[in-house]
Amino acid sequence: MIKIDELLKQSGGWLAPGDDNAVVISSRVRLARNLKDCAFPGWAGEEECERIWSDLLPVLRSCKSLSKPLYSGLVDMSVLDKQVLFERHLISREHANKKKGSGIVLRRDENMSVMVNEEDHLRMQAMRPGLELTTCWDKVNELDSEIEQQVRYAFSPKIGYLTACPSNVGTGMRASAMLNVPGLVLMNEINAVVKGMAKIGLAIRGLWGEGSEAAGNMFQVSNQMTLGEKEEDIAENLEQIVLEIVEHEKNARARLTETQENLIRDHVGRAVGILSEAYILSSKEALDLLSDLRLGIDMGILTSVNRRTVDYLILLTQPGHLQKIEGRKLKTKERDSVRARLVRERIRTAIKK
Amino acid sequence: MLCELCKKKEATIHLTQVLDGSVKKVHMCEECSEKSGFDAQGPTSITDILLGMGGEGGLTIGTQKSLGRSCPKCQMKLSSFKKSGRFGCPDCYDAFKDELAPLLKVMHRKDVHIGKIPSRESAMVQRSAELSSLEKELNDAVKTENYEEAARIRDRIKECKLAMKEPEDSGGDYNESTSNDKD
Repeated sequence: MIKIDELLKQSGGWLAPGDDNAVVISSRVRLARNLKDCAFPGWAGEEECERIWSDLLPVLRSCKSLSKPLYSGLVDMSVLDKQVLFERHLISREHANKKKGSGIVLRRDENMSVMVNEEDHLRMQAMRPGLELTTCWDKVNELDSEIEQQVRYAFSPKIGYLTACPSNVGTGMRASAMLNVPGLVLMNEINAVVKGMAKIGLAIRGLWGEGSEAAGNMFQVSNQMTLGEKEEDIAENLEQIVLEIVEHEKNARARLTETQENLIRDHVGRAVGILSEAYILSSKEALDLLSDLRLGIDMGILTSVNRRTVDYLILLTQPGHLQKIEGRKLKTKERDSVRARLVRERIRTAIKK
Repeated sequence: MLCELCKKKEATIHLTQVLDGSVKKVHMCEECSEKSGFDAQGPTSITDILLGMGGEGGLTIGTQKSLGRSCPKCQMKLSSFKKSGRFGCPDCYDAFKDELAPLLKVMHRKDVHIGKIPSRESAMVQRSAELSSLEKELNDAVKTENYEEAARIRDRIKECKLAMKEPEDSGGDYNESTSNDKD
């Protein structure tokens, strides 16, 4: 069983302990795989899903690259625990809503996880802080090769791995990078970048998928096309493009310092002020302001708080994490004041030191 | 901002979809987003957009007649795929390949997989490549009226097809029925 309280003690597979990831927060590669001769989870009955989950669990538990993983059937988890896994990018919203016959298997360090019977029978992912798309592909490829020794995948010589949705067919691979680009936003250049990326077939989303919009100047960029390209190339191409965005962002920050330093200092200063004094904080406001702190730290304006504290707060101020820390269910309004208290305490402590 | 659909509640879901350079935004409240079938939190797939589930006219898939056809393996009808954007089983790809081809082309701009091959399928992939090159040779032989050669190629095609039908590995099969089929 997965003990969520244990997970809360660590910062998750995607939040960075390093200092090298001012712009790129984390990288992720996921593969979609299905079993030959079995209906896809959405079309299969509950019974078939349960059989698949109980057949796949021992296979996954035996995989060396998952090194004695944690696992749980989704039916055995509370709504809140699933919310926490979602906020840690270990399961999707869709997966959290599944019941019997679906499950999650994950490495203890959260760097790798497998959703069983989400939209596809297997959705496996590798996650790393910073820009590590090639490493993520290598890791998830290793796991995939281990699994294919024990099961027979649905595969067509012509169009590759067969997936429930044809938008994933071929490699079944989605590579994505999470970016924090306040410079581009402040310089009003983000729209041009978004359009440019769309033109070359990349998708852009908010930090927690579609509905979340781009709060906190954070975006996820990922490949849209999965057929007709090699996995290595998908990872490398995206890495190259992300590096270009990083260049643009650094450029924008440099111009900001040159022309509007006072404005930036004001921006960061206000963020520190609100975060250390506010008594009510919505999750969007918290994310936006924490992103401003990140900018201040990266630009050397703010030295009393380190990025690790900020990144950790980004995770802890999410609704599921807040309620888990409080140990009870909280209504939206209650969450806003609990969130403010948590942020206030941590930021004040950091500044005092 | 008010929800664009009911125009009563506050819009908390802001859906942005970028497709071929055009950006489309929809603002709605949680209730309406659920009603309209948007899983606001989950990723809206490009398939949904292409099939016109976002409301705007999408790509037409299948004809009146073919929409009623179903996959021989899982019984899912093409009309059901049109509604959900998801297939019922891996065999659907073969059952609906003609209808799917244009969709794949728009989605991926390419139509042949060149990436990883599961090790146990590699023999199969080789044979499939061999088969298509043999078929081409056969065509050429017939064209040049080289019937002796054509007969020889035809035999090889037969062998190749036969080999492709046989499950080629022993044990480890996920599905028991296929491993029992041997001999």
